[in-house]
Amino acid sequence: MKNMVFREIEGKSVGYYVLLAGLALFTLLGLLAAHYMETNGHHVTGMTNQVVWGIPHVFAVFLIVAASGALNVASIGSVFGKSMYKPLAPLSGVLSVALLAGGLTVLMLDLGRADRVIVAMTHYNFRSVFAWNVFLYSGFVGLVAIYLWAQMEQRMKPYTKAAGVAAFIWRLLLTTGTGSIFGFLVARALYDSALFAPMFIIMSFSYGLAIYILVLMAAYGWTGRPLGDGVLLRLKGLLAVFVAAVLYFVAVYHMTNLYYAEHRAAEHFILVDGGVNTQVFWIGQILLGSVLPLVILFHPSAGKSRRSIALASVLVILGGLAQMYVTIVGGQAWPLDLFPGMQQSSSFYDGVIHSYHASVPEVFLGLGGVAIAGLIVVFAIKVLRLLPDSLGDDVVDVHHGAKAVAKPA
Amino acid sequence: MSEVNTSRRQFLGWGTAAMAGLAIAPGVTLIDLAHGKPDDQPVSSKVRWGMLIDANQCHSGCSDCVTACNKENGLSGGTGPDDSQWIRKMDLKDTHSGRVMSLPMMCQHCGNPPCTDVCPTGASFKRADGIVLVDRHICIGCRYCMMACPYKARSFVAHPVTDQKPGRPRGIGTVEACTMCVERVDAGLKPACVDACAAAGHEAIIFGDLNDPNSDISKRIAEYTTKQVRADLGLDTGVRYQGV
Repeated sequence: MKNMVFREIEGKSVGYYVLLAGLALFTLLGLLAAHYMETNGHHVTGMTNQVVWGIPHVFAVFLIVAASGALNVASIGSVFGKSMYKPLAPLSGVLSVALLAGGLTVLMLDLGRADRVIVAMTHYNFRSVFAWNVFLYSGFVGLVAIYLWAQMEQRMKPYTKAAGVAAFIWRLLLTTGTGSIFGFLVARALYDSALFAPMFIIMSFSYGLAIYILVLMAAYGWTGRPLGDGVLLRLKGLLAVFVAAVLYFVAVYHMTNLYYAEHRAAEHFILVDGGVNTQVFWIGQILLGSVLPLVILFHPSAGKSRRSIALASVLVILGGLAQMYVTIVGGQAWPLDLFPGMQQSSSFYDGVIHSYHASVPEVFLGLGGVAIAGLIVVFAIKVLRLLPDSLGDDVVDVHHGAKAVAKPA
Repeated sequence: MSEVNTSRRQFLGWGTAAMAGLAIAPGVTLIDLAHGKPDDQPVSSKVRWGMLIDANQCHSGCSDCVTACNKENGLSGGTGPDDSQWIRKMDLKDTHSGRVMSLPMMCQHCGNPPCTDVCPTGASFKRADGIVLVDRHICIGCRYCMMACPYKARSFVAHPVTDQKPGRPRGIGTVEACTMCVERVDAGLKPACVDACAAAGHEAIIFGDLNDPNSDISKRIAEYTTKQVRADLGLDTGVRYQGV
């Protein structure tokens, strides 16, 4: 077992500044999009009184779900004692806070009255899942900050496990809260299921790890630091298990709905004749986002290639966005059934499938959230000692782990 | 010093009081009759305002209730995907029997409203007398209430709003819905849709106090079979339907 040195990346290359500038540009475009929506009103978006949440929510919820999942790598190290994961923990913590910040920014900037966001912190309705989430999100950032401090400050080391356990329990609560946003909607056929809470938790494991793998590969690849197969193959094995678990939950969710006669028509819409929703479900979520990554990750030779692991991670992320689209937009596209057994029509679009066409500003607002998360991570790894000098096979023993020591750059 | 004529003063005093009494009495009586609420008194939970909609009396081609609501509340009357519609006419057709009917649909003023449950700031709230409202000052425009409402009763203001009517607050970026014409109700009047329906000669909407067993609405509900839309959700709606 060797001592491990954590060091900031140099961050002086042209590539680093180009990356930083690119992310800053998308952040700026996202902010401009939000300003445009705020000053003109939401009629400039594709969101309507029928589909009230759109692409910004697809990105926001995806980022928030992925945020809690990104912390898992750290949790496996400090909560479950797997020492191989301990050197991976600081990046895991920063990535989770960054993703949460990106997601929440999108959510807040999409509000009809984003200027009143402070009201959400001065007026609480404790029956609202949204109000619980205000505490769950801020508490998460606080706990992860303490957890990072415990990992990075020698005097705080004894508290690492306690902080890790607290953060782990909190992140389970947080994703329960996010899933319950949809689970508690009693009147809509495609929501109203307690399954949303555990399904969102396992989705977070999958999305968060896929993002973590890509960030880790990029950080090590672009800085020329060694990243051994040992670490990567362990992570990709874990990702495959998570992707399969998400698929299991998705199957149970749809099977349950199919069993209820009252939900069959809505299920038929998503699975068979929902147009773009059906395509995004089968092609995006299931084929590209779940089956193909599983085939790649379990393949005896492709599963060991870095390029393939990166491709599988990208597919899991795209599949996650597809799943969010089907959940959020598809779920609203199916009309409310006020009078079961009756054909319904009105000037307010009762009884018809609700269409949604995302506008350019909405897409840029969503991408802006991703860029904010990226900016935070890219900046953090330059100023904080988050990454071990080497995660090479000679340093990390996947069976026994390595001893981590922080040293100045 | 001249002596004060106390009897004259007494006469003037009593006279003035009697005149004032005469002047105020009809107003007080009217308010009492119509269950109106003086501005300085809080809303009472002794009253539960509600409506009974008789689909048998509602005419398919008539949308006077919608027009009256738009006029009363300063809505454009537009029916685009992002226009506000506080009340709409729904046409229903039984898929087996082919029986058709028409009825107005709006906020059902639930006793257990899902919109107030999910609202993070408490902007969606239920008054003690059962009227469900949105406080436009603390609505942040998250639209979670619109996701939660089983009746698709709420609209989001997606366009800038100008020339709002006094007492009918509306604003861009906030959510709005039928207020049961709360200002009219507090003044002892009936909601605009109810009056418009009566003026059209249909009288398909009856407004009144569900807690008062002697009110017209309570008597009708006691006598005829009525239903709550999506009664399975257990929301205890303030709007009931007959003939559906």
